[in-house]
Amino acid sequence: MLSSKRALTFGAGALASALALAACSSGNVSTDSGSGGAAGGKVTLNLATVNNGQMKDMEKLKTEYEKANPGTTVNFQVMEEGDLRAAVTADVASGAGQYDVVTIGAYETPQWGANGWLVDLTPDLKSDSSYDVDDILPPVRDVNTYDGKLFAVPFYGESSILMYNKDLLSKAGVTLSENPTWQQVADAAKKVNSADTSGICMRGKPGWGDLFAPLTTVVQTFGGNWYDDKWNATVNTPEWKQAVTFYKTMLDQSGEKDPVSYSFNECLTALKEGKAAMWADASVAASMLEADDSPVKGKMGYAHMPVEKTKQSGWLWSWNLAIPSSTKNKDAALKFVKWATSKDYIKLVGQKIGWSNVPPGSRTSTYEIPEYKEAAAAYAPITLDVMSSVNPKQPGVNPQGWVGIQYVSIPEFQDVGNQCAQLVADYIAGRGSVDDALAKCQTLAQAAGDKHKS
Amino acid sequence: MSVRELDAVEAKVATEPRRVNKKELWSARGLLLPAVIFLILLTQVPFVVTIVYSSLKWNLLYPNDRGFTGFDNYKSALTSGDLWPSIVATVLITAFSVILSVLIGMLFAILLDRDFRGRAIARTLMITPFLVMPAAASLIWKYSMFDTNIGILNWLSRALHLPVVSWSTEHPMLSVVIVLTWQFTPFMMLILLAGLQGQDKGILEAAQVDGAGTWRTFTWITLPHLRMYIEIGVLLGAVIILQVFDPIAILTKGTGGTKTLAYLLYERAFIGLDVGQAAAYGVVTVILTIIVATVALRTLFKVFMAGGSR
Repeated sequence: MLSSKRALTFGAGALASALALAACSSGNVSTDSGSGGAAGGKVTLNLATVNNGQMKDMEKLKTEYEKANPGTTVNFQVMEEGDLRAAVTADVASGAGQYDVVTIGAYETPQWGANGWLVDLTPDLKSDSSYDVDDILPPVRDVNTYDGKLFAVPFYGESSILMYNKDLLSKAGVTLSENPTWQQVADAAKKVNSADTSGICMRGKPGWGDLFAPLTTVVQTFGGNWYDDKWNATVNTPEWKQAVTFYKTMLDQSGEKDPVSYSFNECLTALKEGKAAMWADASVAASMLEADDSPVKGKMGYAHMPVEKTKQSGWLWSWNLAIPSSTKNKDAALKFVKWATSKDYIKLVGQKIGWSNVPPGSRTSTYEIPEYKEAAAAYAPITLDVMSSVNPKQPGVNPQGWVGIQYVSIPEFQDVGNQCAQLVADYIAGRGSVDDALAKCQTLAQAAGDKHKS
Repeated sequence: MSVRELDAVEAKVATEPRRVNKKELWSARGLLLPAVIFLILLTQVPFVVTIVYSSLKWNLLYPNDRGFTGFDNYKSALTSGDLWPSIVATVLITAFSVILSVLIGMLFAILLDRDFRGRAIARTLMITPFLVMPAAASLIWKYSMFDTNIGILNWLSRALHLPVVSWSTEHPMLSVVIVLTWQFTPFMMLILLAGLQGQDKGILEAAQVDGAGTWRTFTWITLPHLRMYIEIGVLLGAVIILQVFDPIAILTKGTGGTKTLAYLLYERAFIGLDVGQAAAYGVVTVILTIIVATVALRTLFKVFMAGGSR
């Protein structure tokens, strides 16, 4: 009995030390692959990216790049958006230099550029005429520029549009113009709404990138904004109240039944199943509604994002490639970034993977490729139209102190946006008053804005 | 066997204390050392690091603005007004889920304690929810059960001509509690089933001979016997559910009074990216958990003991 107990203890001890050794050795391996790049002709590029379809396509095509550039290996680390943001921020902020190329959103670029965390790409891209930096859509270039310097190049970009099921609308006798107002859309939604089909689907899931992506654009077209141009929070204004009340009323009267669970994917499913007639969301959704396996393929109509006081109300978002200043392989990284955002890469995706999978919203020339025009006939023209007409420098009625639509490019915004989204979601669910939610949100926003007053 | 008889049993050491070889003792300790070091590295060092972090001003978004701030993080954690609602949410969700899963688990355990054909299969099927990953379980409930368009619950209520319920919007806490109860009922059932099967059948027969009905046998014999098992189930269940995260992140995102301490901590750390403040919340959570574990659970079990010895 005693001996068997001892054997067990010994076994446990041995197992523990074996585990510890295993942990150490795996740690060593990963640092090797990280730092081994600089020496000799062989270069390993570590790339952190988000798990979107377009990024996964890039991973599939990386062998083409490695073939064309012998000695270079590209190591992909694909992550969920939230994980990516935390991992890349921690790495870049601490200057650890683990990544040579990072995928960042339009929200981060100006902030990180200002912090000096990113390599300024302007001189290299301007001097390369074959890259044709002016071909990148101007609003997308604007959101990735800080102080006149381009710190990141778009891999793909999107705006928001109104998508509607033509069959359901015509059954209810409703027509929509190419540039509807929110009031028209709300009225149409009310007419189409029935027991098993909701008139409209809008995001209600709390989160700065969920509920507040469309809601901020609604607020901006109703004349409100998060801050004025002097960083005073303006959340407790009548415009905000009007916009948020409008959003809730529309959801109550003709929206999906369970708004707090609904965001992009849920609305996409509802539209595909014919359970919702209209949807104002990211333009990239159109390519999914028109995909071959979609039941509503060819039945959808597209219009500009509804407006109230402004001319345009589409948002602007792009996923971009940037090079952290801490990289040890700047030249190789630059070469790869140029390749992945070039005109040739877009054609490569079209030929190897399929023309409807081409990363949209980054370059004007994409919309002139005949094959793409044909594959994306239903939504390409309106996407280009919206993406080149939005104004990220002043999306709302009044001037603002930052460049960007649907977000405020200050570090505190994701926290403020998230907490406000929870407050507004409580109001949408009928657990609190709009005044209460906006008053609390104003306090949060003001605390963040105070740090940026100069 | 009376209690006194049990007390009289004395365990004797195999070798006399004086004769234990000092060398042998040290070699035995030496063999244990790797395990002890491993344990310390894994549990104690991270905790000390957390305490150090909690005294730092460290927001990942402001990398150049780092330094020692003393108790500022604790001050802001205690005064921000987030902590108390979060404690309430944690306590309510844990309490409801544990109580419901013990009750339902007890019912299933009693049903499974009888002989019938296919009992093994039934038992395996009953355990499955506990084996499903928490995130997967939450997703199953979100889409196949609660969803207003394609969910089974709403399909049922439509079929019965009842109004459609939007679970996460209208009843956020109930949705979370339902998912947790579904997950933890099998856990409680297993523990209680072990207790039931360890019961001396002779005593039950004696009770029957004495003319006790099913209910009396259950309340006066089975339940006191199960006391220890219920205690273990409640303790383990409470410890696991206290730190629950997945159903909240997937179903409600912390709205409607479901922002538990674990979710609050996640928000501070991964959305606020404020390492110092998140660490302070973490330390406060640990302290609160220790207080709850020592004070509340002990009083709770005293009630059970009083019930058992009546």
